[in-house]
Amino acid sequence: MTPDELMDVAQGLQEKDASIPNHVRVCTAASCLSLKSDELAKQIKAELKEVGKDKDTKVRCVGCMGLCSAGPLVSVEAEDQKPVMYQKVTVENAPQIAESVASGKKVKDLVCDTDSPFFARQQKIVLENSGIIDADDINDYIANDGYQALMTAISEMQPNEVLDEITKSGLRGRGGAGFPTGLKWNMLAKTPSDTKYIICNADEGDPGAFMDRAILESDPHRILEGMALAAYATGATEGFIYVRAEYPLAIKRLKTAIRLATKNNFLGSNIGGTKFSFSIDIRLGAGAFVCGEETALIASIEGKRGQPRPRPPFPAEKGLWGQPTSINNVETLANVAPIVRKGGEWFASIGTNKSKGTKVFALAGKINNTGLIEVPMGLSLREIVFDIGGGIPDGQEFKAVQTGGPSGGCLPEEHLDMGVDYDSLRTAGSIMGSGGMIVMDKTSNMVDVARFFMEFCMSESCGKCIPCRVGTYQMHELLNRIAEGEGTMEDLAKLEELCEVVANTSLCGLGQTSPNPVRSTLRYFRHEYLELIDGKHIPAGAGQEVAS
Amino acid sequence: MIMPNQKIAPPSDDKRWKVVETTIRRNGSSSGALIETLHSVQEWFGYLDDEALTYVAQRLMVPMSKVYGVATFYHFFTLKPGGKHTCVVCNGTACYIKGAKQLIDAMAEKYDVKPGETSKDGELSVLSARCLGSCGLAPAVVIDGDVKGNIEADELLNVLEGVINNDA
Amino acid sequence: MSKVIRVVTLTIDDQEVTGREDETILTVARQHDIDIPTLCFLEGLSGWGSCRICLVAVEGVPKLLPACMTYCSEGMVVHTENEQIKAYRKSILELLFSERNHICSVCVSNGACELQALAQKCGMDHVSLPYRFPSYEVDSSHNLFRNDHNRCVLCTRCIRVCDEIEGAHVWDLADRGINAHVISDLNAPWGDSETCTNCGKCVQVCPTGALVQKGTAVAEMHKRRAFLPYLNAMRGNHG
Repeated sequence: MTPDELMDVAQGLQEKDASIPNHVRVCTAASCLSLKSDELAKQIKAELKEVGKDKDTKVRCVGCMGLCSAGPLVSVEAEDQKPVMYQKVTVENAPQIAESVASGKKVKDLVCDTDSPFFARQQKIVLENSGIIDADDINDYIANDGYQALMTAISEMQPNEVLDEITKSGLRGRGGAGFPTGLKWNMLAKTPSDTKYIICNADEGDPGAFMDRAILESDPHRILEGMALAAYATGATEGFIYVRAEYPLAIKRLKTAIRLATKNNFLGSNIGGTKFSFSIDIRLGAGAFVCGEETALIASIEGKRGQPRPRPPFPAEKGLWGQPTSINNVETLANVAPIVRKGGEWFASIGTNKSKGTKVFALAGKINNTGLIEVPMGLSLREIVFDIGGGIPDGQEFKAVQTGGPSGGCLPEEHLDMGVDYDSLRTAGSIMGSGGMIVMDKTSNMVDVARFFMEFCMSESCGKCIPCRVGTYQMHELLNRIAEGEGTMEDLAKLEELCEVVANTSLCGLGQTSPNPVRSTLRYFRHEYLELIDGKHIPAGAGQEVAS
Repeated sequence: MIMPNQKIAPPSDDKRWKVVETTIRRNGSSSGALIETLHSVQEWFGYLDDEALTYVAQRLMVPMSKVYGVATFYHFFTLKPGGKHTCVVCNGTACYIKGAKQLIDAMAEKYDVKPGETSKDGELSVLSARCLGSCGLAPAVVIDGDVKGNIEADELLNVLEGVINNDA
Repeated sequence: MSKVIRVVTLTIDDQEVTGREDETILTVARQHDIDIPTLCFLEGLSGWGSCRICLVAVEGVPKLLPACMTYCSEGMVVHTENEQIKAYRKSILELLFSERNHICSVCVSNGACELQALAQKCGMDHVSLPYRFPSYEVDSSHNLFRNDHNRCVLCTRCIRVCDEIEGAHVWDLADRGINAHVISDLNAPWGDSETCTNCGKCVQVCPTGALVQKGTAVAEMHKRRAFLPYLNAMRGNHG
């Protein structure tokens, strides 16, 4: 199939879709699905039949619409009407929804205001199809420019031209560390080998992060297309998606997507009649956070314990089964097709000087609008928490926002006006991480938060290197004592010393970053540690001085 | 132990082993298939006992200690059968901030069972998950596959009692 | 087609030395009598890089690198010791001593223990962290040897020698993190192992009093390692 032929197919599908007067979309991503939105969709279909609208209405089960706290979400596009979104729709509401399609009148009680900042302030690249298309229907993806970038690349562009677009775009890895994707691919492209691998890291393990899950469940073909483009640019022949076994829905949708993409020759041998061949297989993770680390992930795909090994050599030289390999995060790969389609310059025009494009965040914790958002890099924390997130519930006051999960930190009010990008977060003592953003109010105790993350690191440590294996245990013990009010100033000094040792001597990223939550809470909320240790030992006012 | 030219047969003629065998073949019948094979065994038999681990070791020609090492490294795998009912408590950050610990404490008090354990009467297994991805519903639990969001300790104990008493 | 291995010049502790690019910093340093302390490393076994004792500073690299796993490159400038590295080595040893029950006075390896020697060398004279005092079993089921988990440092030398040299792969690690421990077969008592050949190589390479010969009293367990380079040489194996 040539790019033009694909364009014709897409146009045909669009026209067919436009000929249907009414469209109902029901969110069946994880959060809404857990509130039985699949049954809701069935019920709406049945009710539409009742009112005689089933023939000219298309009901789709779609991916994440974002505002999880108001789920299940349903959007209705009735003939000649502006699309309306409904929130907290239950099975009992199905007749009302069907009726509104028939009458063209809104169900006022259920309307979700899409002009609110939560929706209006977002900019969607990665999630452009989320909540719009049916993940299991490849035609929905094709009708929305799907596989256009891949077909154009393999028939009209040289591999290095694809690479150039990615480099020009300034795309950085969305898994946490922010390594430039163009550079990573370049390393792989330059390593000579007949066998090279592209791995999609979908082992999203940060507690409080569900961006990758939503992308996989809402728009799986986007990941396949991103991987195929990566393979074409770097000369890779085989791909693996390493996905958490805890995400059964994502796995199911990926399997369907791979099957349909292969059937339509977007994957497999001689894709689109060209010389380019690339296939993708799924490997299941098994509950080990450390497998997000590249070398541990490779060990896991090889069927071993997920223990990291020292780098260098980097996977680009020696990766899966000793062959050159590039490992990219889900969200990174989700950006690839739009970049190739619209050009690197377009992407580079969004975001800040050094952090290009958008970032998907999972907003959770003590915040009114919990859910999934995509915003341009550089938007301030205040805009995210208060405008998009709708502020703190129950009349409580904001205290801190945690980014970067167990490798990140807690940022206090004084940093609310900081623009969110890789570098500013790092300077402030946190990291971008994969995109979990947990808001805490004044009722949260920061020593307890630090202990929570240390407990996480301790039980997720693979146990290979001494500093991480024993250091996280000892730091957790110290935090326990301090949190229970039994700590001393010596304990605090020891804790800070261990933070340095573990950060600088651990083998992999998990150990090296495990002290971050402690360090950032010590930096901004040291007085909470001191208050717990013993008020008497602190000279008056010293708490503040140390904290500032 | 693996013997040369030994024909390696499944531990029993249970049909489920045929499904496991398909997984093994699809993944190249070698050590690289170890984790996928363990997933398949656990999916069909519920847990991994010594008999199953020994068979997997022989079938894939992987040392027994390596199979055991992999099976115990990953928290998704379990070597013991679970209880009649399971309650998975999400312990992601959002759920923790919103009181997941109170849920775990409440179950520990009433059923004397901690995450990763099964109650003595075999009725209830409590598991803790790192993040269910249902942060919008925090704190969330999954009882026998059903997600319950925004749940408090009292309500959880009521639901559990109902579930357990239902089959009595 | 085999790759041409180049000879490179590098600087280790202000001394200009030459080595092959397929040799590690540790190998080249030892060839030139520059001492770098190690624990999990053992000449003749594959590198593992877990103990972090041999960490060295390489100019231009922000992180410390394990000398046992980092290959030489042209113009590399290595510092094997500075105040920071010394302090880290001491801290790592403290962590290790706090992890299990290392009580030298009652140990058969007292006086011939690599962990003890390392502590002396690095000046680790006390442990400022609370001891964990875990309760570990002593596996005496084997008729020749004993495995005292209380003394194990998880260096995995036993696992590697059994896998790479003996070819039996009796040992491996089970569980993870602070709960990681060495097992034989499917966590069976050593004496019941179907795969163990009773060769004793694991006992000889164990750095502490974890794997020992039965019938040895306090301070009597001395280990012999000469077989390892010998076996490697006889098999034409340079790994």
